[in-house]
Amino acid sequence: MSIFLSILALVIILISAGLLFFLALPPKRRSRWGLRPIPAFSELVRVLGLSVEEGTRLHLTLGHAGITQPTSASALVGLQALERITAISSVSDRPPLATSGEGSLTLLSQSTLRAVYRLNNALDLYDPQRGRLTGVTPLSYAAGMLPIAYDENVSAHLIVGHYGLEIGLLCEAAVRNNAFTLAASDSLSAQAVLFATTKQPLIGEELFAIPAYLQTSPAHVASLRVQDLLRWGTVIALVLSAVLGVFGWL
Amino acid sequence: MVMRSPVATAIAIGVGLIVLLGYLLPLPVLDPIRRLFLDWSIILAAVAGLVAILNLFKAHWRKISSSRERDYYSLFFILGFILTAALGLLFGPTDERVRPLIMSIQLPVEASLVGLLTITFVVSAVRLFALRRSWMSGIFLASTIVFLLAGSGVFLTSGTSQVIKEVLAALNILPAAGARGILLGIALGSVLTGLRVLLGMDRPYSE
Repeated sequence: MSIFLSILALVIILISAGLLFFLALPPKRRSRWGLRPIPAFSELVRVLGLSVEEGTRLHLTLGHAGITQPTSASALVGLQALERITAISSVSDRPPLATSGEGSLTLLSQSTLRAVYRLNNALDLYDPQRGRLTGVTPLSYAAGMLPIAYDENVSAHLIVGHYGLEIGLLCEAAVRNNAFTLAASDSLSAQAVLFATTKQPLIGEELFAIPAYLQTSPAHVASLRVQDLLRWGTVIALVLSAVLGVFGWL
Repeated sequence: MVMRSPVATAIAIGVGLIVLLGYLLPLPVLDPIRRLFLDWSIILAAVAGLVAILNLFKAHWRKISSSRERDYYSLFFILGFILTAALGLLFGPTDERVRPLIMSIQLPVEASLVGLLTITFVVSAVRLFALRRSWMSGIFLASTIVFLLAGSGVFLTSGTSQVIKEVLAALNILPAAGARGILLGIALGSVLTGLRVLLGMDRPYSE
């Protein structure tokens, strides 16, 4: 990487960090920006409540990207969702279940579940088997989730992470069992599959809006704002570079 | 995030900053430290993988030993795991006798799953409108058919006119442009997610 690009990246990171801190301040010090309604999240909140009432299980799957891989950001979003969903439904007869296709993600999901139970003073209800590795290859991971979809009285699947085409197997099982599915992935091929096979797919960067819409913390809403600002910056930079290129100034 | 663990948070932030700065700034002092941390993380991830596999073994063991919801399919997992682990430990995973043995089981099973997946996609395409009635679904289906035909090469015969070739070339740019737009959004989201972890706002590692 050239020194110019390194410095540019560092400047963008520093500006983003500053904006993140500023926008995460309490709302009274600045005007509050509302989140645009996304039907998938309204439906998710409704399904969460229903599952607690009916005693059915929620299944959150985190993908198979390792924490050391560049595609792990989607799994981190999934862990945030897991924390919030567990907090809401930990008192249910059938607490949520997290599956993953990579070892470090499994341990992180167990750690997240344990932390929520500890904070709710219900550590005795914590079961490490609710954070499971279902397979270490993409297909074995998908195949390992099928018994959960069919046999564990799951009413909603939250599919948040990095996948390949194999995620279609879980989506099909969910449709057959008439379970709600909210799905988001950073992989283009998985997004295409999820669009065709799930009731509520999230496209592109909507994946990173999940923690904000689940009301995890002000930092997540601030993060969405910064993401929007960076997107506008990118759009302006792209248009500007195209115009400069046309006139031969770049 | 309500979880608090100051020591783990301080370590995560410190290590994260060193790795980031070591990547962005050409300082000779940072590069070896960054590489060392990355090596450690890979070793830790491998250990985590081992722990998770043992956890998976335990889950299946519990299923076959459960008196209420006994699952005999788990027996296949237990036997497969023991056999693979024993052969791998005795002869090594790259042994010429062990590798074909494992592959001759794993590959047909995975090929069957891919076959099943193909049928699933066809069924899903047919069922798309029942699942979600919207103009997006219509565009999705139409573009799938158009790009399947365009990608199949059916239009690229020796007699294809230059106009059709130009149209196909223009059509092929559309998915690339859309993909880049989506990937830019994903990249920005990933940067912000990483930044939240780096600033200690998200702590997936702490209890």
